[in-house]
Amino acid sequence: MSGISYKEIINNGLWKNNAALVQLLGLCPLLAVSSSVVKATGISLATMLILTFTNIAVSLMRNKVSGVIKIPSFVIIIATLTTCTELIMKAFTYELYVLLGIFVPLIVTNGVILGRANDFASKNNVLKSALDGIMIGAGFSFVLLTIGAIREILGVGTLFSNMDLLFGSFAASWTIRFFSEGYGFLIFVLPPGAFIIMGILIALKNVIDSKVARYDKNEDGSLKKGAKRIRTTGTII
Amino acid sequence: MLNSSIWKNCCILGIFGLITGILLSVTYEKTKNKIAESERKVAKKIYFEIIPVERHDNDILSDTTDIPEEYLSLLGVKKGKINLVRKNNQLVAIIVPITSSNGYSGDIKMLVGINVNGTIAATRVLSHKETVGLGDKLDLSKSDWILSFNGKSLTNPKPELWKLKKDGGYFDQFTGATITPKAVVSQVLNALVYYEKDKLRLFEEFSIYSPVIAENIIGDKN
Repeated sequence: MSGISYKEIINNGLWKNNAALVQLLGLCPLLAVSSSVVKATGISLATMLILTFTNIAVSLMRNKVSGVIKIPSFVIIIATLTTCTELIMKAFTYELYVLLGIFVPLIVTNGVILGRANDFASKNNVLKSALDGIMIGAGFSFVLLTIGAIREILGVGTLFSNMDLLFGSFAASWTIRFFSEGYGFLIFVLPPGAFIIMGILIALKNVIDSKVARYDKNEDGSLKKGAKRIRTTGTII
Repeated sequence: MLNSSIWKNCCILGIFGLITGILLSVTYEKTKNKIAESERKVAKKIYFEIIPVERHDNDILSDTTDIPEEYLSLLGVKKGKINLVRKNNQLVAIIVPITSSNGYSGDIKMLVGINVNGTIAATRVLSHKETVGLGDKLDLSKSDWILSFNGKSLTNPKPELWKLKKDGGYFDQFTGATITPKAVVSQVLNALVYYEKDKLRLFEEFSIYSPVIAENIIGDKN
C-alpha cells in the first residue's frame, strides 16, 4: 500500500475506486441533498474539506496511535472537524446551512471518511494522504454535482438556481431556465429520482470501463501469434 | 503489561479529547458573533418582508413582548414573543408567530403581521416539512398563494368563509394538496382572533412608547 504512486492515487480517487460509483459509500448525502446544484455543491465542499483534513490528521499521528484506540481516535477527529465545518458554514453561508439541515452534521457518519482514514491515511505519509483526500473528495463531488444538475434540470427545470446562497449576491443571476416557469417533474425532485440517476451513472461507468478494457486488449495485441493460452477455469496444480 | 497499555491508551485518548476540545471551543468562539449576525440578518429579511422598512422606525427584532399565556394554545406555540412595529412612538402593527400542527407532516411555523386596524399586513412561512412539489407552494419562491392573505381581516372575508374554496370558503387550495393550505388558513384566522381579543391591552401598554415604561411592563411579566 505504501508504494502507491501519486498517479495511482488520482486515478483511484476520481475513477477506478470512486467513492460514490464503485465503493458505494456515503449514499445518504448523495441521495438526499442532490436535488439541486447549490445543495450538492455545499455538501461536496464540506465533505471534501473534512475528508482531506481528516486524512492529514490521521496520517500525522499514524505511528503514535494504534491498536484498540485507532478507531475511537479517528472518530474524534472526524466529529471535531465536522462540527468545526458546521460552525463555519453556519457563520458564512447561513441560508445554505439551513437548507441542508441535518445533512451537514451527518457528514460524521459518511463511510467514505472513516474508510479512507483507516484504509489509506493510517498507512501513508501526509502528502499522499492529503492528495488521496482531495481526490476521493473530488470523485465523490463530481458524482454528487452530476446528480444534482440532472435532478435540478429534470425536476424543476432550472440549473444553478440559488447559487447566491453559497457564492454571494453576484451569483444570483447564474440561474439558467430550461423549461417554462410552472414546470415540475416530481419524481426527480423526490428520492426515487436520485436512485434512478445514480443507477444510470453506475451503469454508464461500467459500460465505459468494459469498452476501455476491450480496447486495451486489442491495442497491446495480447493475442499474439503463438502466445500461450492462459488457463482461466479450473484449478491450477 | 496489560495495565500499562490501558494507561497509555487512556492518556492518548485523553490528550486527543483535550486537543479537539480546544479546537472546537476556539472555532465556536471565533464564529459565535458571526453566526448570531447571520441569524439576525436572515430573520430581519423575513420581518422586513412582512413590514416594509418605511413603515416603522423601531428595531422590530428586539422590541418584543411575551405572548400572554392564555393565548399560547390558540396560536399553537409553546412560548413566543410578539414583535411590535412602531412609527413615531405609535403602534402600527404587530408580528405574531403561529404554528400549525395540522399540516401533512410536521409543524408549519409562520409569522403573521397584523396592522392595528385588524387587517393582515403579510404572512410568511418560516419552516415546514410539507411534501416537495405539492405542499411546498406555501413558499413564496414556489407560488404566490401566501400573498392571498394580504389585506384580509375578520370582516373580509367573514370568519365562516376562512376556508378553502372546495369547502365553500374564500381561499384557493393547491392542486394535489388540500391539507396543507387548510391548516395554514385556519391558523392564520386564529392569529386574527387573538389580535381581536388582545388588542385593547396591546394598545394601552404599547401605543405610547417610552423605553422606561416598556421595560417596566416587560420586566414585571418576567
